[in-house]
Amino acid sequence: MASNASSQVVRTGAGSRFVIYTLLAIFCLYYLLPLYVMVVNSLKPLSEIQAGGMMSLPSEWTIAPWASAWSTAQIGVAATGLKPYFLNSILMVVPAVAISTVLGALNGYVLTKWRFRGDTIVFGLLLFGCFIPFQMVLIPMARMLGLMGLAGTVPGLVFVHLVYGIGFSTLYFRNYYQQFPTELVRAAMIDGAGFFTIFRRIMLPSSGPIAVVCIIWQFTNIWNDFLFGASFSDFDSQPMTVALNNLVQSSTGVKEYNVHFAGAIMAALPTLLVYVVAGRYFVRGLMAGSVKG
Amino acid sequence: MGFLEIRNATKSYGAVKVLHETDIAVEEGEFLVLVGPSGCGKSTLLNMIAGLEEVTSGDIAIKGRSMNGVRPADRNIAMVFQSYALYPNMNVGQNMAFGLEMHGIPKAERDKAVSQVADLLQISHLLDRKPGQLSGGQRQRVAMGRALVRDPDVFLFDEPLSNLDAKLRVDMRTEIKKLHQKLGTTIVYVTHDQIEALTLSTRIAVMFGGHVQQLGTPKEIYDNPANIFVAGFMGSPSMNLFPAKVTTENGEAVAKVALADGTSATLPFAQERSMAGHEGRDIILGIRPEAITDEDGADRNSKAIHRIEARVEVTEPAGSDTFVVSHLGGKEVTGRFRADVDVRAGETFPFAINMEKAVAFDPETEQRIG
Ligand SMILES: Nc1ncnc2c1ncn2[C@@H]1O[C@H](COP(=O)(O)OP(=O)(O)OP(=O)(O)O)[C@@H](O)[C@H]1O
Ligand SMILES: [Mg+2]
Repeated sequence: MASNASSQVVRTGAGSRFVIYTLLAIFCLYYLLPLYVMVVNSLKPLSEIQAGGMMSLPSEWTIAPWASAWSTAQIGVAATGLKPYFLNSILMVVPAVAISTVLGALNGYVLTKWRFRGDTIVFGLLLFGCFIPFQMVLIPMARMLGLMGLAGTVPGLVFVHLVYGIGFSTLYFRNYYQQFPTELVRAAMIDGAGFFTIFRRIMLPSSGPIAVVCIIWQFTNIWNDFLFGASFSDFDSQPMTVALNNLVQSSTGVKEYNVHFAGAIMAALPTLLVYVVAGRYFVRGLMAGSVKG
Repeated sequence: MGFLEIRNATKSYGAVKVLHETDIAVEEGEFLVLVGPSGCGKSTLLNMIAGLEEVTSGDIAIKGRSMNGVRPADRNIAMVFQSYALYPNMNVGQNMAFGLEMHGIPKAERDKAVSQVADLLQISHLLDRKPGQLSGGQRQRVAMGRALVRDPDVFLFDEPLSNLDAKLRVDMRTEIKKLHQKLGTTIVYVTHDQIEALTLSTRIAVMFGGHVQQLGTPKEIYDNPANIFVAGFMGSPSMNLFPAKVTTENGEAVAKVALADGTSATLPFAQERSMAGHEGRDIILGIRPEAITDEDGADRNSKAIHRIEARVEVTEPAGSDTFVVSHLGGKEVTGRFRADVDVRAGETFPFAINMEKAVAFDPETEQRIG
């Protein structure tokens, strides 16, 4: 009974521990099963799937479904594979994430460190913008894009996601910068740094953790978006999500489940990658030492 | 004309006036301390000098040039903040050089200035460290170094020592004083610690409720506080304040003070503090603990030592001295006795009161009389 190292947790007997771990294992399986199904079925010939072996490992391993999904599968009317659409998504998501993050940081900086008339109203409106349902803006946005000459283009999609993204990125950065000591900004002002120099030299270098959070959030949302992609793109500007849907919906001939699985994994990989890579930089404590411990 | 001149400056936030009309002229090389309790407007005034807060009305001038509308960077001032405000992403050297860099000083000159100041403050070995890797005292030095490299006209300090532990605070206090004597810089220094104010300053402005209560040398402030607030705020333990009545005895004005046993004691005023013309008036008498002593410990140079017998309530030995608490005029009064005086609670004991150091206040206006 005398263990005080684990005094924070409720001590359990061996019996209940067994139950807990069994339950955890079951849930683990439950969540990982779909991934397993996708991976194994994307690596076997279609005939094996049609024979009914969804759960079994491939008896004949093949990457043909992957190759097909990437470069030759029928998407809508053209047999291009997902490659051009993957590129579209990249061209859409990178500028949208980069610009909305930078603008969010700038907004957060202005809203917390510079006093101006009506700053709370501006922030309130930005916040409100975060929670307007997507469906509500579809028609006005289509009209706007038409007026700007961006309808059906990748830059048009970038614009749409930018507008939606700024609200969230501003919210993140504002809350983060609220904790950022204002005395640092004042010290920099006395040292002679101007508005943008303070932002670039003092604020941004300490914004690592929140920038990572913001990038992960924006990237996942924009990459996974289907509604805007389906609404505002043409055949040659569709993002990955819409193309994947078209791949699965293409009704010519038999349904190539193995190709569909491969395509679906491809569509999910970039967000996974962002988590794995950026998550490592999610370190706290960059602020240590600027002000008293 | 002063080097730094604050002329009739005020500050309001909306309808709330946090700093009332303030006039202070600081000479070159002076060490002015703004002292007062929390919320009295010290930082506000300092920030107004720095240009971080705008002046609502009035004017602040440095070297004869009005600073209204001049950016902080262009005022040629440097500031040391309470939290030190070191840039966390830069190392010590970069922190110190940042201001020079922003003012377009070439790299070679910056490096030279930084290494000179780093030598002066003995932080040369820390130049490559990040602020996060420094102790509190080291951060404090770096913050001062950052201000020093700029070689500004005026240094502004906002409670720079309040985040240090007691021992380090005393050391740094001495160091700042030495630095000031060596460099002869003009300093405006904010603190709420009256001991810091008395030890460091050449002049003190005691502030309360957005008003400067008194502006003067430490000695003036300590010996002749302008009002009851200043008397109580400056000095530790604080000045004894108790009611008395001015009467005439042998043709001289004296103070009658009620004792705990119902009798009263007579304290003749010293010549230079004569209360002639105030006979019959109720006053508050202010006497510092060190002017209430045992007989042998009394100031030999004083010509106005008076002895009264009073009951000792409590004794508080404090190492070098023993503080003795008694009652005068119905108030608790603390005297400062030599440590080896044999005095016990409950005894009636002779107290020697140095009336040269006694000051009188008007109970209504709380201002000093005469
Ligand atoms: N932005 C502001 N808006 C409204 N009132 C303010 C603002 N800043 C300061 N005040 C008020 O002005 C008064 C003076 O503040 P100031 O910071 O100068 O006090 P201080 O003397 O430095 O106190 P401390 O010793 O606690 O630092 C306080 O009553 C404070 O509440
Ligand atoms: Mg303050």
